[in-house]
Amino acid sequence: MWGLGAEEWQAVALSLRVAALATLVSLPFAVFTAHLLARRAFPGKALLNGLVHLPLILPPVVTGYILLLLFGTQGPIGAPLKEIGVIFAFRWTGAALAAGIMAFPLMVRAIRLSIEAVDPRLEQAAATLGASRAWVFATVTLPMILPGILAGGIVAFAKAMGEFGATITFVSNIPGQTQTIPLAIYAFLEVPGAEGSAIRLVLISVGIAMAALLLSELLATRVARRVGGR
Amino acid sequence: MLSVSLRHRFSGFALDAAFDAPPGITVLFGRSGSGKTTVVNAVAGLLTPEEGHIAIDGRTLLDTRTGVSLPTHRRRLGYIFQEARLFPHLSVRGNLRYGRWFAPRSAPREDMARVVEMLGIGHLLDRRPGALSGGERQRVAIGRALLSGPGLILADEPLAALDEARKAEILPYFERLRDEVSVPILYVSHSAAEVARLATTVVALQDGRVLRQGPAAEVLGDPMVLPTGVRGAGALLEAVVVRHHEDGLTELSAGGVPLFIPRVPQDAGRKLRLRIAAQEVILSRQRPEGLSALNILPGTVESIRGGEGPGAMVALATPAGRVLARVTRRSADLLGLAVGVECHAVVKSVAIAPEDVGGGEGTA
Repeated sequence: MWGLGAEEWQAVALSLRVAALATLVSLPFAVFTAHLLARRAFPGKALLNGLVHLPLILPPVVTGYILLLLFGTQGPIGAPLKEIGVIFAFRWTGAALAAGIMAFPLMVRAIRLSIEAVDPRLEQAAATLGASRAWVFATVTLPMILPGILAGGIVAFAKAMGEFGATITFVSNIPGQTQTIPLAIYAFLEVPGAEGSAIRLVLISVGIAMAALLLSELLATRVARRVGGR
Repeated sequence: MLSVSLRHRFSGFALDAAFDAPPGITVLFGRSGSGKTTVVNAVAGLLTPEEGHIAIDGRTLLDTRTGVSLPTHRRRLGYIFQEARLFPHLSVRGNLRYGRWFAPRSAPREDMARVVEMLGIGHLLDRRPGALSGGERQRVAIGRALLSGPGLILADEPLAALDEARKAEILPYFERLRDEVSVPILYVSHSAAEVARLATTVVALQDGRVLRQGPAAEVLGDPMVLPTGVRGAGALLEAVVVRHHEDGLTELSAGGVPLFIPRVPQDAGRKLRLRIAAQEVILSRQRPEGLSALNILPGTVESIRGGEGPGAMVALATPAGRVLARVTRRSADLLGLAVGVECHAVVKSVAIAPEDVGGGEGTA
């Protein structure tokens, strides 16, 4: 279909799977972290903020290498996880981990902005009406930031689709296992006469990225309207 | 009954206040910066004072000595804020129901239909807060607080953000709240007119201290208590509506003295309270003749209090109750005013503004 070869299809399907897993698993952590950063004061807040943003600033190769050191089968986290049967290294789950880590700061930023747009006096009002902290979050904050969470998720999904440096360093470029769209494009460009495959994947990448951006913009305007209460 | 005793220091400001709030509306009355909002926020648990004890009907909300401090959501309050703070993602109905969700089953429940009727918000139930006017929003906020089954309602300058017309729209609802709902209300205000209309009890605050507390007429009629300055001074009189005249005036009787004020909506026989602003009162030793002012209250000078400026506050005992008059010290001297001297207080009808007249409790 669409003139895609089996290998190209494999890359597209894998990318979607990797990005979906990365986004879904990191979303709750991102909401939690964003809420912490937006609403709480605690020692080490600046450190946490820095840590969250680190993958955005570090060369992706460095992030990938750190992941390899930590989550490799010999690593301090990877080794005990291997004991219980969870292996990241050179598996598609590893690609999802790398993509999730790389997309995390974008997701946190989007969600944090939407939380900061919620008037804390509304949360205070909810507390005076008898809602505990958890209920305030569930009944006031969460519904108001839902579009922001979706927008953050979409941007993160697109970013996860396109992750290259950390992925190739951490889990290598294995067709069908870790070869996502960007890695496949890279591989096709290495092979003489495979530019056609590369171009098709490039177009798919551009399409997915544009769609994600448009959708997240749309949702962002909805946040503003929702917070305005109309 | 709510009992509060607080001690708290900010930079450059010390609060040291204790008072009791019996049923009805207790107004914390004072200028901005006198500590009113601090008191309310401490009662709500939005601020923890250095020392303090707060209890409602024997239920301790805060006791710094024993380390008890209930979190805000367990204090069972209805807080009406200056800005309504309605939840924008919920409809009016959703907002009204919000607090009810969290109320314990044992809490006294106001009937939703009755509250909606009382506040006149039935036609708004399916709307979003963003589509309401300021006055409508504040009415919904009152309903939301009321329906959460609170043991106490807090209102922090709930009218301050509204224009005069909206204020006039909301005030009667607070009067109904006072007269028809058994929950005590702690109401913060710096407006003498609001205090005069609503207060059952007044707690006058100045610079973080309680200047005086007691029944509204007593505190407002005390020339020594001017928490918002001389311009805000004015005594409170109780009167009964006698009849409405065709020329647009309403005749009242206050302790047998006829008073004429611009037409009010209350029926004959209804009790009213009205505030006579001290600076609108003229004093005369003889009963004035040929004067355009319609209201003349005979009385005896109770006290004269001169300030540092040119003015003096004269308290007059009249059959209608105590009247305060702000005159110049020069006039007081020229008239030979002294304690025990007989004198007449003269008030123009039009000087009694509609916002100074409120429904009293019950009929005569």
